[in-house]
Amino acid sequence: MNKIGKVKEFFIEKLIVICGSLSIIFVILIFIFLAREGLTFFKYESIKDFIFGRNWYPLSNPARFGVLPLILGSVMVTLGAMAISIPLGVACAFYIAEIVNPKMKDILKTGIELLAAIPSVVIGFVGMVTLVPMVKKIFHLPTGLTALSGSIMLAFMAMPTIVSIAEDAITAVPKRYKEAALALGATHWQAIYKVILVAAAPGIFAAIMLGIGRVIGETMAVMMITGNAAVIPHTLLEPVRTLTATIAAEMGEAIRGSNHYYALYAVGIILFIITFVINFIADIFLHRIKK
Amino acid sequence: MKKRFNPKTSQKIAFTILLLSALVTIIPVVVIIIVVIKNGISAISWEFLTSMPKNGMRAGGIFPAIVGTFYLTIGATIFSLPLGVLAAIYLSEYAKENRFTRILNLGIVNLAGVPSIVYGLFGLSLFVIYMKLGVSILSGCLTLAIMELPSIITATKTALNSVPKQFREVSLSLGATKWQTIRYAVLPYALPGIITGTVLSNARKTGETAPILFTVAAFYLPRLPSSVFDQTMALPYHLYVISTQIPGIEKNITYGTALVLIIFTLSLNLVGIIIRTRLRKQKKW
Amino acid sequence: MVNNTKITVKNFNAWFDENQVVKSLNMEVFSNEILGIIGPANSGKTTFLRTLNRLNDIEDKFRMDGEIFLDNQNVYKDIDVNLLRKRIGVIFALPISLPMSIYDNISFGPRRHGIKKGLDEIVENSLKSAYLWDEVKDRLNESALNLSGGQQQRLCIARTLAVEPEVILFDEPCSGLDPISTAKVEDAMDKLKQKYTIILVTNNVKQAARVSDRTAFFLMGELVEIDTTEKIFTVPSDKRTENYVSGRFG
Repeated sequence: MNKIGKVKEFFIEKLIVICGSLSIIFVILIFIFLAREGLTFFKYESIKDFIFGRNWYPLSNPARFGVLPLILGSVMVTLGAMAISIPLGVACAFYIAEIVNPKMKDILKTGIELLAAIPSVVIGFVGMVTLVPMVKKIFHLPTGLTALSGSIMLAFMAMPTIVSIAEDAITAVPKRYKEAALALGATHWQAIYKVILVAAAPGIFAAIMLGIGRVIGETMAVMMITGNAAVIPHTLLEPVRTLTATIAAEMGEAIRGSNHYYALYAVGIILFIITFVINFIADIFLHRIKK
Repeated sequence: MKKRFNPKTSQKIAFTILLLSALVTIIPVVVIIIVVIKNGISAISWEFLTSMPKNGMRAGGIFPAIVGTFYLTIGATIFSLPLGVLAAIYLSEYAKENRFTRILNLGIVNLAGVPSIVYGLFGLSLFVIYMKLGVSILSGCLTLAIMELPSIITATKTALNSVPKQFREVSLSLGATKWQTIRYAVLPYALPGIITGTVLSNARKTGETAPILFTVAAFYLPRLPSSVFDQTMALPYHLYVISTQIPGIEKNITYGTALVLIIFTLSLNLVGIIIRTRLRKQKKW
Repeated sequence: MVNNTKITVKNFNAWFDENQVVKSLNMEVFSNEILGIIGPANSGKTTFLRTLNRLNDIEDKFRMDGEIFLDNQNVYKDIDVNLLRKRIGVIFALPISLPMSIYDNISFGPRRHGIKKGLDEIVENSLKSAYLWDEVKDRLNESALNLSGGQQQRLCIARTLAVEPEVILFDEPCSGLDPISTAKVEDAMDKLKQKYTIILVTNNVKQAARVSDRTAFFLMGELVEIDTTEKIFTVPSDKRTENYVSGRFG
């Protein structure tokens, strides 16, 4: 190769290395730019009052920025969603990986892929017009915009993540485990829950973690159907407000450079840290499987 | 001793439960699609698709939102595709198995896990304010592009890994350099996979509302954007606005908007899925 | 006949991870000979072969020490790796045609070395030297994947010839071929040695006996014996060689 070619190749390869590092660069950049705005908030307010404060009244005078109700709102919706999506998702993953015939498998997988492709704002909208009135009627509530409605919709939004990753984990279990169990006279079902479930457990756990991450980070659907009341929730049948919905709903009206604006970035930092930790744990488990 | 079901019976029961779970999982897809189509189809007309919204969005069409979403989809891909492909080339062709690579992969996982609303905050802080791009199509595209990166990288890595190692060996053994090998003996055969992966993941991201909330989306802007520094309406945000912020709006306008949005993302997805299935069957090597 | 040394190997050791696959190897390869390398599986033959043009460099787990010289130049120090691979071509066990036309397959190498003119001629000459020209001259623009296995293997030879190598390494080139195709490839090899130095790694002892001038016997990473083919197959000096060539193990 001639000299010009060598020089060209040198620069292309440098560019490739830089792009290869982009993922980590952007993670760091995201953190820096959240911190730039978010940490300003703590110049004026204490971290303790922020995290454990029970009142979120950003527009009152004096404004109160207690994020506890929002955290509990997120936690409640997430727990509700997980209670539905973990059993359903794992069962679905087993069905797809172990039992179903190839044709039905294609249909199910395509269906789940389409579920992932439906924009969250559409899911929120359909939830608003179908699920919310139903919840209101069944439980005789003043409003159907509750944590429960949010949990149900979110459960389905977490499903694609949980199913696909759990299915990978199940498929990755060596065939000989199952064959050994069958050879010992176990039924297919016994082989599934006594052998394969155990062997695939770390991957299923990772799938659940990633599902939780997906749910906590979900914004639009949650904002549209949980009612957005920033009070500490006691049951699933009350309106709640999540961390994500708070940012989405209030950033538009927050004045740049105001305490309110910085407080919303501080909420963003909390979200970033929560999802970072969740993904980190999930990745450790997934990585362990590969070995 | 406790009396138990006979194993055959319990297997039958268990498998039935698994089947029901699988069905319950995909029923919402069917329900959502049917509900939206049934109620929205009557709103769809040439006029609805091609005219400006009127009367505070209570009448008229959704043309600027369609155009805006189209621009955002294309614009974000222009940034994310080359960066994502080069990043994937690094990871699958150059990177050695060491701690640095492990950190990079962790970065991808975390980037994929960052909530979309946090991307919105990031885009607002970096592109809109710090880089002074303002609330603009450019800011929106850049924000979406970063969000698309992890899935493009993952899809491209898969496509590159499916090209047989022997192709690389043949090319190298003829004295081609590493980059020449990638450029001429690997990329051409990974390209279909890269394209499908990109279509699939970007179709998904196009429906996102949270990242464009503070970076580009206009509440009500009954004209087309004039440059990349202009704001624009976008379908997902428009749907959010008219379904929650505009009381007394005619239901079929909302459903119609939802239908257009679904058609937009699902048709892109279906195209991607179909191409992918074809490719899997056709693959010769 | 004067033997000019083409390749010299000094104290060569190779590892994959902690497994030593080649142990303190010393040997020479002469110009314009066909050197056969025989030995059972995992005897280090292929690893050695792939080190000659540094194809093992792409394996993360590969490690080596010792020195290899091509015309008195150290292949790891004195020669640009891409130039080295141009000078030492390799034919793999299974014919790997790139999924492109016959013409593009042959011109792939020359193009990468910046040659733009005279490609037609290079393609024609290479195909002629590999005894494939007559069979494909009318369909150069068809996909190479449509060729038969034997034709594809000769296409691979032609593709290697197109970059004008000095040494050609054959890594069990006939393991996937039927006897007729094998005979054609062996024929080609015999004619090629006029111009090129050839190293042939093979699991097929008879093939080594048929085509090679000298034969080396590898066993568990060690060179047991290297001598003229006739001697190796009639009066080997090592008992293990005798056992192997007479088919008692391996």
